[in-house]
Amino acid sequence: MNAPEPSPLPAHVSLASGLQQTFTLAWRTLLQIRHNPWELGDFSIQPILFLLLFLFVFGGAIAGSTEDYLHFMLPGVIVMNMMFVTVYVGHGLNTDLTKGVFDRLRALPIARWAPLAGRILADLVKQAWSILLLLAVGFLLGFRLGTSISALLLMSLLVLTMALAVSWVMVLVGVISRDPEHVQLFGFTALFPITFVSNVFVPVDTMPGWLTLAVSLNPVSSLADASRGLLTGGPVLQPALWSLGWALAITVVFAPLSLRALNRRLGRS
Amino acid sequence: MTDHWIIAEGLVKRFGNTMAVSGVDLKVRPGTVLGMLGPNGSGKTTTVRMLATLLKPDAGHAAVGGYDIRTQPHQVRQLIGLTGQYASVDEKLTGRENLVLIGRLLGLSRSMAKQRATELLAQFQLEDAAHKAAKAYSGGMRRRLDLAASLVGRPGILFLDEPTTGLDPRARLNLWTLIHELVRQGTTVLLTTQYLEEADHLADDIIVIDRGRVIASGTPDQLKARVGAQTLAVKAGREVDLPAIIELISELVSGAAEVEGLQVSAPAASPDLLPAVVRRLDAAGIVPAELMLRGPSLDDVFLSLTGRHAEADSDAETTREPPR
Ligand SMILES: Nc1ncnc2c1ncn2[C@@H]1O[C@H](COP(=O)(O)OP(=O)(O)O)[C@@H](O)[C@H]1O
Ligand SMILES: [Mg+2]
Repeated sequence: MNAPEPSPLPAHVSLASGLQQTFTLAWRTLLQIRHNPWELGDFSIQPILFLLLFLFVFGGAIAGSTEDYLHFMLPGVIVMNMMFVTVYVGHGLNTDLTKGVFDRLRALPIARWAPLAGRILADLVKQAWSILLLLAVGFLLGFRLGTSISALLLMSLLVLTMALAVSWVMVLVGVISRDPEHVQLFGFTALFPITFVSNVFVPVDTMPGWLTLAVSLNPVSSLADASRGLLTGGPVLQPALWSLGWALAITVVFAPLSLRALNRRLGRS
Repeated sequence: MTDHWIIAEGLVKRFGNTMAVSGVDLKVRPGTVLGMLGPNGSGKTTTVRMLATLLKPDAGHAAVGGYDIRTQPHQVRQLIGLTGQYASVDEKLTGRENLVLIGRLLGLSRSMAKQRATELLAQFQLEDAAHKAAKAYSGGMRRRLDLAASLVGRPGILFLDEPTTGLDPRARLNLWTLIHELVRQGTTVLLTTQYLEEADHLADDIIVIDRGRVIASGTPDQLKARVGAQTLAVKAGREVDLPAIIELISELVSGAAEVEGLQVSAPAASPDLLPAVVRRLDAAGIVPAELMLRGPSLDDVFLSLTGRHAEADSDAETTREPPR
């Protein structure tokens, strides 16, 4: 019963099986949340807290009224939260690497790319959930869509595209970090200045000149601008093109770097 | 196609300046267990990882189930199960979910994967913990789950890397029984271990590995015969008794006694040795603190094969005798 059959075994995984395995691995990552519900808090309660805190503490001072500020800030908070949620890709990948789960998966006859693809796919699901949640809370607080449902969907797609690009950065962080705690440390340390030196919370024209340059070059600002345009009306094309350009550039630089680092870590350099 | 399910010739793996494996040859006959015995850092895990297609060898070649590990890794992965040295289950999932996950990845339908998980949970006495997250498992349960996870696809060839290291004696015996059962059903096993007792208990053939090289091979009995089957150890209760104990034991075993602190030990070639020692001690009026007969350890194997102790890595370099 156990002998290898004389008929040759398949030499490759078909694309369809590879996709199936990717879905299974993404399902596994989402299943983890069921047993660790506090994780849900990290990308559900935290962004809502951020939203409420900034809205009621700064809203009056920055925009005159909380309602105006909500319309300015909600698209930006969606973008900011997207950046923070990408850390899960690195955190989860590093956990798999340090706990030996990645080896277990690599010793199975599955597509080589499925473990990584499954992680990233699961992350996109978390991202979509966060966007949905923030929009829902925003609407409850009095946010009004100034555009259309299709513009809203386009905004979500744009944010997810950037999430995909930034995931590659977090894959790199996940591969080079010693343990999951360091992933969080490196990830958040890098993300904090990038997300706050942007126009997520404060309009650019209130800042000193030297900061304006940094803020307007920041991909987070372009993406926040494009999202604002798509949700409340206003210019879209230019910031959207900048966002896509940034997403492409980040992917082109970090995808090969991450894969090389991963292969090196796996000892195949 | 081949007389051996696992064949390796001249496997080499370097990590920077470290020669982790420097030319390992081994063969495993179908349906048998090969025990790879060696101390920490001798290259066991690296060898297993190469054979399981997780690491590319720098030189040499190997075939598993007749497939080349270098050029046909995907075929090899369809034949093997791997239980790594460190339990590699998803700690956030339940035991059952871990097994279903592997089943799904191997292409089983949802219901088949669940059914297989149920079977394995029963076989490995994990039914009660099936719905608990794996991080809440004890060391022994985790090893059993890890082993079960390696068996979801009913592999004909199994790699077990130090399956019982760190387990208490009861959990170890339990795992041995499970491994025995797998072998009885025809699974071919490559097992690494630091315990001669474990290799003796489970393996049909043993290779001893040291610093990335095979330094001896044979059946457990051949190996034990080379080492001397058992060791007698007498610990003096008082320091003044020590010279008399040394003299008396040296006389009985004709010279080969070894002294370490208050303990005197010597190979116990004949079963008569222990009663003889007891009589002589009694006649001399000496009451020892400890008196025991133990099976040979990995350390004894090393001492007899290489002239140095298994763990004394750095300073043994200069006094090392050429391996046989
Ligand atoms: N990924 C690695 N990078 C660098 N050195 C390694 C790596 N893996 C193992 N080694 C070294 O290779 C040698 C053999 O290790 P290993 O195969 O783990 O031995 P064993 O399993 O017998 O304890 C050791 O000296 C170890 O430090
Ligand atoms: Mg090891």
